This record gives sequence, structure tokens and C-alpha cells, in this order.
Amino acid sequence: MKYIDGFRNHLAAKAITKDIHELASKLSEKNIEARIMEVCGSHTMSIARYGIRQILPKNVRLISGPGCPVCVTDAAYIDAAIILAEERAVHIATFGDMLKVPGSSRTLADARGAGGNIHVCYSPLDAVKLAKENPLEQFVFLGIGFETTVPPVISIIKKAKAEKLTNISILTAFKLVPPALEALAQDKDVAVNAFLLPAHVSAIIGAEAYTDFVKRHNISSVIAGFEPLDILLGIKGLLQQLVQGKVELVNQYTRVVKNQGNRVALNLMDTYLKPSDASWRGIGTIPQSGLILRDEYADYDASKKYNVSTQGGTPDKRCRCGDVLRGIIFPDECPLFNKECTPLFPIGPCMVSSEGSCAAYYKYSR
Amino acid sequence: MCLAVPMKVMELKADGTGVCELENIRYDVDISLIENVQLEDFLIVHAGFAIEKLDVAEANQRLQLFKELAETYSDGQLD
Ligand code: SF4
Repeated sequence: MKYIDGFRNHLAAKAITKDIHELASKLSEKNIEARIMEVCGSHTMSIARYGIRQILPKNVRLISGPGCPVCVTDAAYIDAAIILAEERAVHIATFGDMLKVPGSSRTLADARGAGGNIHVCYSPLDAVKLAKENPLEQFVFLGIGFETTVPPVISIIKKAKAEKLTNISILTAFKLVPPALEALAQDKDVAVNAFLLPAHVSAIIGAEAYTDFVKRHNISSVIAGFEPLDILLGIKGLLQQLVQGKVELVNQYTRVVKNQGNRVALNLMDTYLKPSDASWRGIGTIPQSGLILRDEYADYDASKKYNVSTQGGTPDKRCRCGDVLRGIIFPDECPLFNKECTPLFPIGPCMVSSEGSCAAYYKYSR
Repeated sequence: MCLAVPMKVMELKADGTGVCELENIRYDVDISLIENVQLEDFLIVHAGFAIEKLDVAEANQRLQLFKELAETYSDGQLD
């Protein structure tokens, strides 16, 4: 398909890489190191998969950010999902990545092994179908994700209403990217001078959602797609800004991202959800960085329906995902990396999802 | 998690869903988040939902740029 393969052409990649090296040597004359954070886990995975880090000049560093929704899911949230499955006899429906995320002591995969009803879904609508086919059973969908995934998940409510289903609800742990960017920009330990902004989160929220942020923090930012040429062009664009001492927001992913985002999706989110503080695993609470269901939709809110708390939890203290997600250490600087912690036996969530920084490092960069 | 791929709309069904194709495989896609979907549009699909339309003119322009870059590169030096 030309709209995928065309963005992977290796000769074009070489041409852009050559420009990147030229720009980088100009930066090194000025003694500047480009420290670019790719905020989104899908960028992290693509960068690792196509070996982009390896072809970059020494003074261009890519630092993975907190943009893998699975990795920032609190241990307490997993604990709550396990309680639902085991003590409340509820069926859990979830994206597959969630199964191996460690809770305080167990994973959903463990709960499934012990007889819990846990269903892996590709689409949230699969969960609606399950609920419809099994009217005597109760279903809870694990509502994790950033702005990209939120509209598909809350469409469950619209569908459930249309089908008059009362046996499905959502356990929300939705996260928002702009407040996380704000927290990163304010964090003194996070030393980055450029942001590669997410592709599909931006498709929903629109390029304009970052305008204020870029102005306020005076940090070069480019919205880029997930294909290798998109990423290389994004890096080139950021280096150009750093060389020229310019700061602007550039949308390189114009084939998908509009200035105002997806109005229909944003309206849907606004109808059902309201902002709230949210806890990011390893990072802590970031103000107004989550979305919870509005009170009118309490019937679809699993935490209210079953009175379970998604707060607290005791993750393995040795895991340094928090430092990895803020770009303070690289995954292989964690003492557990590739020793006790591997994708088969992950200690921390960053090793679970293929988009987790530790898992991407493990698979492609060792 | 936020990965989403362009798929071509092959069929628009009466129930408001669509059938899209990627590499000869067809998928049911919920198109309720997109306005004015037409046959042969390309949609960016994530978790069974179209989240945005691909702007084909913008995409083609980019592809043309890459084509030129690739040509200059291979003209200029051996791979
Ligand atoms: S290697 Fe494992 S334990 Fe270490 S930070 Fe990554 S996920 Fe956590």
C-alpha cells in the first residue's frame, strides 16, 4: 500500500539522514546537544524497530517519554481489575497488552490462569458484543489510553444505550497528553530541548492544542507521523529550529492532523467525560491529566458500580520506569534490565507493552 | 497503543459502519467519528474505529517529495 510503503523508502531516508548529519555538525560547532523527547510510545517502537537511534549523530539524542498508556497504568488499577474478576465475578474485557502488567503482586494473566473471566479484545465494540450475547453476565472494559483511544472506548456507552444493555461498564484510567507535556516541561530533572509530538493523539486534539504550550515553554516542537520517514523529517525539522535558534510548532503530519482535530471525537469526549487529576505510574499525580465519566453516566462507571478503588497499590520499588519515562535514565541503566526483568517476566510495565521503552530497547537495541 | 493505519473504504453499510481494506484483507470499521465518509476514502483506523480521514492530496505531495529525494540521493552517490 503506497500510503504505508511510500513512507519507508530507504533512499529518501538516507537523503534525510545526510541532512540530519549536516545540521548536527552545525549544532556541535555551537556546542549544542539536541535532546529530543519522543513523547509517544508508538514513536518509541518505530524508532527502535527501524534502528533510527543508531543512524543519528552523537549529539542528537532521542529520549523516550511517558507516552505508552500501558506503562503509566498504576499497580492499583490492575489490582482493582483483579478484584473485579475474582471477587465480584465480573467478566473483564481488555486490550491484550494489559494482561502482563504487574499489579501489586499479580497480573491479569495470573487471574485468568486462576479461573478469572478475562477477554482480550481488538476493538471496544467486541466487549459490547460479548455483553449482548451474555445478558446474565456483567462486563467491565478496561478503559486505558490517551486521546486516540478514548473516543473508541467511550463509544461503548453510546452503543450500550442504543442496545439497552445494562451489563457493561468501563473502569477508566484515561490519560491526556498536554498536561503530561506541561509536567515534563516543568520537571527540572527532564533536560530536553525539543519535542517530537504524537501522531494520532494530535489527530484527535488538533495541532492548535499545543500552540500555547510551545510559546509558554519556548521549546521547539514537531508533530510527526509514525513511519520512519515521518520521524526522520520530524527530527530534521527540530534540528533546523535548534540551528536557527527558532522555536515554533510545526505540523509535519498534515496528511492526518488538522489544526482543530477531530470535532466529532472531541464532542463525544466532552459529552461523557470530565477532566480530573490522574496518577501516572512511576511519575505521580499530574493535575487534570485524566478523564473520568461525568456523574450522569455513573451507571457505566465500574469504579462506582462495584465500589472499587484504583488508588494506592504497591508496585515493585526496584523498577525505575518512572525515571525511564521522564528520560532521566535509558532502560539499560536500570539494574534489573535484561536480568530479572525481560518481556517474558516483566517486573515493570515499561517492559510489558511492545511500545514500552524497556521492551523496545530489549527487542531491538541490545 | 496509538498505532493506526490507513485503510481504504470498500463498502458503506446501512447500519452506519464501513468495510475497509488493507493489503487485501477486509475489516469492519466503525466510522461514527468521521463526517462524510465516501467510498474509496482512506481512513486512519485504530481499535476498530476510524479516527481521521487521510488527506490524499497532502499524502501524495509528501510522497512526491520523497521520490525526488530518493532520486537525488541515488544520482549523487552509490548506495
Ligand atoms: S527494566 Fe524492568 S524494572 Fe527496570 S525500569 Fe524497565 S520495566 Fe522497570
